[in-house]
Amino acid sequence: MTTTTPVLSARGLVKTYGKVVGLDGVDLDLFPGEVLAIIGDNGAGKSTLIKCLTGAVEPDAGEIRLDGAPVHFRRPQDARKAGIETVYQTLAVAPALDIAANLYLGRERHRPGPLGSVLRMIDKKGMRRDAEKALTDLGIGTLQNMSQAVETLSGGQRQAVAVARAAAFGSKVIVLDEPTAALGVRESQQVLRMIDQVRSRGLPVILISHNMPHVFEVADRIHIQRLGRGAGVITPRSHTMPEAVAIMTGATTLTETPGQT
Amino acid sequence: MLGQEVTTAVEQFAQRRRSPLERLQHVLHAHPSISPLLVLIIAFVVFSSINPRFASPNSLSLVLQQVAVIGALAVGQTLVILTAGIDLSAGAVTILAMMLAAGLAEGGGLPGVVAVLIGIGVGVLAGLANGALVTRVGLPPFIVTLGTLSVFTAVALLYTKGQSVQATDLPGLLNWTGETFPVGDFRISVGVVLVGVLYLLVGFALANTAWGRHVYAVGDDKEAARLAGIRVDRVLLSVYLTAGAVYGLAAWILIGRAGAASPNAITDANLESITAVVIGGTSLFGGRGALVGTLLGALIVGFFRSGLSLAGVDDQYRVLAVGLLVLLAVTVDQWIRKVKA
Repeated sequence: MTTTTPVLSARGLVKTYGKVVGLDGVDLDLFPGEVLAIIGDNGAGKSTLIKCLTGAVEPDAGEIRLDGAPVHFRRPQDARKAGIETVYQTLAVAPALDIAANLYLGRERHRPGPLGSVLRMIDKKGMRRDAEKALTDLGIGTLQNMSQAVETLSGGQRQAVAVARAAAFGSKVIVLDEPTAALGVRESQQVLRMIDQVRSRGLPVILISHNMPHVFEVADRIHIQRLGRGAGVITPRSHTMPEAVAIMTGATTLTETPGQT
Repeated sequence: MLGQEVTTAVEQFAQRRRSPLERLQHVLHAHPSISPLLVLIIAFVVFSSINPRFASPNSLSLVLQQVAVIGALAVGQTLVILTAGIDLSAGAVTILAMMLAAGLAEGGGLPGVVAVLIGIGVGVLAGLANGALVTRVGLPPFIVTLGTLSVFTAVALLYTKGQSVQATDLPGLLNWTGETFPVGDFRISVGVVLVGVLYLLVGFALANTAWGRHVYAVGDDKEAARLAGIRVDRVLLSVYLTAGAVYGLAAWILIGRAGAASPNAITDANLESITAVVIGGTSLFGGRGALVGTLLGALIVGFFRSGLSLAGVDDQYRVLAVGLLVLLAVTVDQWIRKVKA
């Protein structure tokens, strides 16, 4: 459907845990500026696939390419350095720290001049200002006070902080693992809008979700995992939700149900 | 392409006005040092109205000199508690550092500077032992320091055979921390000045450096800190090493204050340092609190000691009052942790 080089591509990924085969030769392509959803039943290999792509797990075999060049991630930091930011299902925010501190956690910026280089002072004002900008850019104007502790925020607002952190530092790919699983209707919509915003900046997103309506609302393409293998890639236009679920559960296959083109 | 924002009933509900109690909860949540500051002011007013001598420069100078050692230990204790740990070995490390430094320097065995550095070095090594057991072996800090409390105490007693070293047998530098000089009507000891500098340095590092942020983050949510790319074990180890160095410095201050190095000194130091931290508003669950609160907490303990003794009541009332304060402080901490948006 397109001839551009994928930003991120995987070929023949295999990962076994003892006798259990987590991934059995999976291919995946992520193109610039798209939202690629990954769906699959429990144990289909969604998590393992994502862990391989984000460096949390090293695949036994297969190849991962970033912008066409082969990469080997041995730990999450490697993937992050390469520009792949992940928002984990367990909200990876420190509740007692404020919004700005969370946004820059582990990447604090120092003040210019000797205050920063000698005294190692961090640039609190600057980080607060840029945190505010990062959140406003994603359409979350409701969080005005960057020195507010994250624990005083709602679940959706916390998720917004986590997504904003990924969007602010991810230069190549953003991976969101079940970002709406713990959220209410309105908060989920807020997060889906953020995903939309990230895509409109040209940054591709990988979205893992159980929620079919959310997937069909925001995804450009949908990668279906089944029993450790890729069961095919569909789009919200080519297939309906029941068809996607049928492929996912093995009730039908992509060859039997090719969908509309 | 996505649906427009709809204002739901839930959102309107969230916008209701806060009750005065909730507003107080929010203020205390944002500024945890307010409660110890209030307690300190009230204690000052009450004790000086009971006995005006309490507020005299002489008596206040004495309070400062008395709280110097506990105040120093409480700095290390604050660091450990901020990471959601606890250090039961603080006093034992101090005694061990003091006895090794004094024992080696006794009768001109070593120059004073070397003895002071040995004291701090012993503290750092003890911190390394605690930190390694917490990070490498993965034991809970409570158990680790409960064990090292006994180990360090026993080593100090075995080394000294229970004997004290008198100040007259020690190089002058080791006693220097006990020397006082006038500041207006007050008499300030070198030890008090050192503790003041210690608070400024560690307070600055906690509030203004990335390391300080990481200490808070590790205590707040270890997993979140790890996922944010913070090397949790390294931060924890640095905290135990720094605490150890602080205890080594406290040993020096203790020699000057006591005029001798005795293996049976400051038996209450562990609990009193934890008391100062907790009264100062630092959460035992980690991740929240500030060093300024610990300073206030140490002063509160000192005020109670001096004020109740000047009021002529039994010392057990001080113990009772401080115990109640600890319970109150932990209760307040539990309450403000439940703050809502």
